[in-house]
Amino acid sequence: MATDNKGTTIQSNPPINVEKVEEKEYSILNLGPTHPATHGVFQNILKMDGEVIVDSEPTIGYIHRAFEKLNERRPYNQITPITDRLNYCSSPINNMGWHMTVEKLIQAEIPKRVEYMRIIIMELARITDHLVCNSVIAVDSGALTGFIYVFEEREYIYEIYEEICGARLTTNIGRIGGFERDFPQAAWDKINKFMERFPKVLKEFEKLLVRNRIFMDRTIGAGAISADRALNYGFTGPNLRATGVDYDVRVMNPYSGYQDFDFKIPVGTNGDTYDRFMVREEEIWESYSIIKQALEKLEKLPKGPFHADVPDFYLPPKEEVYNNMEALIYHFKIVMGETEIPRGEIYHAVEGGNGELGFYLISDGGRTPYRLHYRRPCFIYYQAYPEMIRGNLLSDAIVTLSSMNVIAGELDA
Amino acid sequence: MEAVKSKIEVVGAPAGVEGPGFFATSLDNVVGMARKNSLWPLPFATSCCGIEFMATMAAHYDLARYGSERLSFSPRQADLLMVMGTIAKKMAPILRQVYIQMAEPRWVLSMGACASSGGIFDTYSVLQGIDRVIPVDVYVPGCPPRPEQVLDGIMRIQDLVQKESIRRRKGPEYKAMMASYGIE
Amino acid sequence: MEDILPIIEKRLREAFPNDVVSAEMMRDFPVFTVKKDKIIDVVKFLYDDPEMQFRFLTDICGVHFPDNQGHELGVIYHLHNMRKNWRIRLRIFFSVNEPSVPTLTTVFSSANWMERETYDFFGIIFKGHPNLKRILNVDDMVGFPMRKEFPLEDPNREDKDDSMFGR
Repeated sequence: MATDNKGTTIQSNPPINVEKVEEKEYSILNLGPTHPATHGVFQNILKMDGEVIVDSEPTIGYIHRAFEKLNERRPYNQITPITDRLNYCSSPINNMGWHMTVEKLIQAEIPKRVEYMRIIIMELARITDHLVCNSVIAVDSGALTGFIYVFEEREYIYEIYEEICGARLTTNIGRIGGFERDFPQAAWDKINKFMERFPKVLKEFEKLLVRNRIFMDRTIGAGAISADRALNYGFTGPNLRATGVDYDVRVMNPYSGYQDFDFKIPVGTNGDTYDRFMVREEEIWESYSIIKQALEKLEKLPKGPFHADVPDFYLPPKEEVYNNMEALIYHFKIVMGETEIPRGEIYHAVEGGNGELGFYLISDGGRTPYRLHYRRPCFIYYQAYPEMIRGNLLSDAIVTLSSMNVIAGELDA
Repeated sequence: MEAVKSKIEVVGAPAGVEGPGFFATSLDNVVGMARKNSLWPLPFATSCCGIEFMATMAAHYDLARYGSERLSFSPRQADLLMVMGTIAKKMAPILRQVYIQMAEPRWVLSMGACASSGGIFDTYSVLQGIDRVIPVDVYVPGCPPRPEQVLDGIMRIQDLVQKESIRRRKGPEYKAMMASYGIE
Repeated sequence: MEDILPIIEKRLREAFPNDVVSAEMMRDFPVFTVKKDKIIDVVKFLYDDPEMQFRFLTDICGVHFPDNQGHELGVIYHLHNMRKNWRIRLRIFFSVNEPSVPTLTTVFSSANWMERETYDFFGIIFKGHPNLKRILNVDDMVGFPMRKEFPLEDPNREDKDDSMFGR
């Protein structure tokens, strides 16, 4: 039995016990760094008794790009493209999280309009991340059709990003203090059009898989983990919510105006692959409802600025730079990195696609951070993978791996 | 009545001698045409460029039109090694091993800035370009490149495949280039 | 938000009278600096005590301040009490010549890889860790990259043209 964070007991199924028979020869199988099922590069050396997995040893670091060392060399607004490449399926969430960390450091006051615009972008990013993960769970169990439907929706979201920031995947969206330009009318039109067509496509995708006998047989019971083991392993995000604990950073430590929104937190019961799939499915619907509420709230707000008043960090508009001495000096100082940055230590967490993405920033007043450490959810929960697949068959291990949504960029940083 | 101009462009046949029931051309042309329209790629996806490749493979920018319907994850059955994403120094020996396991004729497409030259990661742990360990045929720049750029890269590979002589891989220049990489 | 710093500080100083070096509020986070050898006891106390109940380890990371003589290396722990939504930060500092710290894997399983990463980057040895070897860098690497004296770029590159880049 396990207890969630409100003290009520919840059912939990322990992992299947494997009898260790001595004097048995186990075979070693290398689920190598390049493998169609591992989306990203990480290696698992599996010790198997026939088809059942007895033990496994993961090796990571095949795409270690030294983000933390690189951050010590870059001024604050040049770190945003680096944060893009953490969880690259939902890079706007990483960008916004970094901007909010710096705004916490400089104690900037962000207008409500900017907060709601940021929520729209972050929820669109969450939808793209969950769509990739769910369609890839299906691909790994052999169902390729959902993948094709779902990626068409991602193209629509990419078009929205392109209208706002110019890039599709690694967006570098927004600036410290807000957005670089107001959303053009074309972006609003595309968002509205997306909101109209998305529910029908998602329902079609659900009909393919949610009550599909084969999919359910493949995924129910595969890679189960109990809530107290998950909490001890530091799980956050959909993987933790699938075990029954309703921990969501947007509710526990609200940021960027999430406290004004009304949304549910879906939880599962067993913590197995089917629950993770269903939790992500329901979260897509919740994100859709949040975007709808944000659009309604933005209509009611008066027309306002699309950025906060932080002249030390936010580039002034070009007309003023060419005509006004003060704006020219600010522009020079920001681009050359000569602004005065307060000292301090900040930890800020956002709800990324995989869980609590934390930014721990130590600033010593210089133009680059003294230390910036990312609390990456994938890195922390991938440790539990050997325990989750012990006693399962090899094909369950593959489906478990893709349901955990391990993104290599976030794993290795 | 005017004939409606068809929008479909038909590719002309290669240069050759034609007659009733036969068409004679050089073997290079035929082999090149067959090979270029049936390249089986090996997607060696490591990071963000891999997601753009998945978008290229999906229905909107369909890669299957170019004959790459079947992605081969086994190097023994692949023609085209597409390296997508950053290659760290820990990964470089594995990339080399996968390249060595591929059978001739094989081509390499390096997608993205990180694979071509290390990209924005000028650090101690990132390999500054995969051409330090394997020979590369086409580089596609971008971070990540748009799917149209990737398709353009595939079309440049197709040009290379079409024009390649079938004796090239046994010749001394090719062997010297391979020796410079330490691959026999 | 109630002011939680005095509550936690009082309990900690009662249980560990000589080991809490400092307790301060940094923006919205209570931060406690404790002595290196007592860190496991402090964390276990915060885990078990019915009023404290810090049952979730958010993060472990290392830090290097080469200018603080005798306290160059540090390890920072972030803990979270989910029931009451309290977050705290624990810091320990020690000299670069004795970089060994007791391991937290007996209390939290998630500390396993986080400590390996801290070892890989800073060279901090965690006593009692089940599998302390490098995790992100190549296994035969010499040196600890996140220390301030380690260079960012690869020093063995020969193709960079310094005249063009003004280095």
